[in-house]
Amino acid sequence: MKLITAIVKPFKLDDVKDALKAAGVQGITVSEVRGFGRQGGHTETYRGAEYKIDFVPKVRLEIVVDDQDVDGVVAAIKAAASTGKIGDGKIWVTGVDRIIRIRTGEEGHDAV
Amino acid sequence: MESGNIAWVLISSALVLFMTPGLAFFYGGMDRNRNVLNMLMMNFYCVLIIPILWVAVGYSLSQTPFDNDFIGGFDSFFLKDITVAGDGMSLAVVAFLGMFAAITPALISGAVADRMKFSAWAIFVPVWSLLVYVPVFKWVYGGWLADRGSIDFAGGTAIHVNAGIAALAAVMVLGKRKSAPTPPHSMPLVMIGTGILWFGWFGFNAGSALAANGAAAQAFMNTFLAAAAAGLAWILIEWLRDGHPTNLGAASGIVSGLVAITPAAGYVSGASPIFIGLIAGVICCYAVRLKHKFGYDDALDVVGVHFVGGLVGSLLIGFFANPSFFDGAFMEGIFYGGGAKLLLEQAIANGAAIVWSFVLTYGIMVALKKTIGVRVSEESEAGGLDLAEHGETAYHGAQ
Repeated sequence: MKLITAIVKPFKLDDVKDALKAAGVQGITVSEVRGFGRQGGHTETYRGAEYKIDFVPKVRLEIVVDDQDVDGVVAAIKAAASTGKIGDGKIWVTGVDRIIRIRTGEEGHDAV
Repeated sequence: MESGNIAWVLISSALVLFMTPGLAFFYGGMDRNRNVLNMLMMNFYCVLIIPILWVAVGYSLSQTPFDNDFIGGFDSFFLKDITVAGDGMSLAVVAFLGMFAAITPALISGAVADRMKFSAWAIFVPVWSLLVYVPVFKWVYGGWLADRGSIDFAGGTAIHVNAGIAALAAVMVLGKRKSAPTPPHSMPLVMIGTGILWFGWFGFNAGSALAANGAAAQAFMNTFLAAAAAGLAWILIEWLRDGHPTNLGAASGIVSGLVAITPAAGYVSGASPIFIGLIAGVICCYAVRLKHKFGYDDALDVVGVHFVGGLVGSLLIGFFANPSFFDGAFMEGIFYGGGAKLLLEQAIANGAAIVWSFVLTYGIMVALKKTIGVRVSEESEAGGLDLAEHGETAYHGAQ
């Protein structure tokens, strides 16, 4: 089992969700996050004074999938979240030691 | 006719009361999210303490006996001898003026934001009201400054210049905030506050005619036009200078126009309010940057908007005052055939208010600093005044 974490532009969330549903993903967890990468932040001007906004809003998705589904899910996110412009975000994949469905107590593949 | 007058004064009183929550939102939205409740409370506190103080001694000391030049007395202590006989106007006026007394110290809260101890604010407000607001109000309305010929329709000198220069004195004693200023945490809140202020300001200015008459109608029109012109001027400057017309620029311009037309509202007519608004909008748009140059930490620009706007409006009366239009017993401005006499008297009146307010406010703040202290602890300042001073949090959850 793998945990796929993706940071995407907030306005791309619906496209990514639809693509993941189409790819057969059963559930995703979404958080509103802030951060910066190569895109950096931006400047806002209030009463003539400039403020550097370093952390820009992004959306973080977390999806646990079986090993054989990783490539398909990553491809779906990548296609749906891409605008080609700086700041599109990142996807990374990490190993998952255990997974448990709280209601039934199922573990491993059955709990994905 | 009498019932029409009293109805208008009572409605105007309620409109002016509504300005204090409006100011609270205007300031609160500009403040940081961990201090917004402290800002609201500093404003709301003024409408808790001042009405009681006003009825007890404030009205009496600032008005009666009417022929005193510097300070009233205790003739109207707890509204003694003010009855509902006749049309009840004298009581309605006490209420109307009480609303002005309440919002004036609230104006100062924007300057001391993010670091003033609430207990110090709680004492500062009534003490400042009695030692600074009340005498200056008396001088301007029925006292020696009025006798000399200066005019102030709804409180440019008595309220905005007075509170604006007090804000400067207060932050000079209080010192700078520990952390760098932040952008407004909620611009929608600022815009709601601005709308409420503008709405309430019709009562502030047109109500100051103390009658439902033509002067009230012209003051109403002037309040409409000056705010629009100043807001327009401010966003145009921003658009050209900074690249974008901002909501905060529109809000700041509207308020600076409202401040500037306040002293002039019942003395100018025709296109004059548009010029006054445009001039105030341009000057205040640049004045809010002076704090960066001079290094005083006026958090939400009380000096740049209220002091400068009030002073500009009050001095412009010396040019735009048009007594023949109002059939009024005040001097003509320079553009209406008068000499510089009115302008000189306006300068003297504001000079007197500035000196008194600055010196007394500085003294009050130093006295508070040496006794109970005026600043919250560094830990409270860093963690936010909402939790440290009020045990409340505006926004729960992740921010």
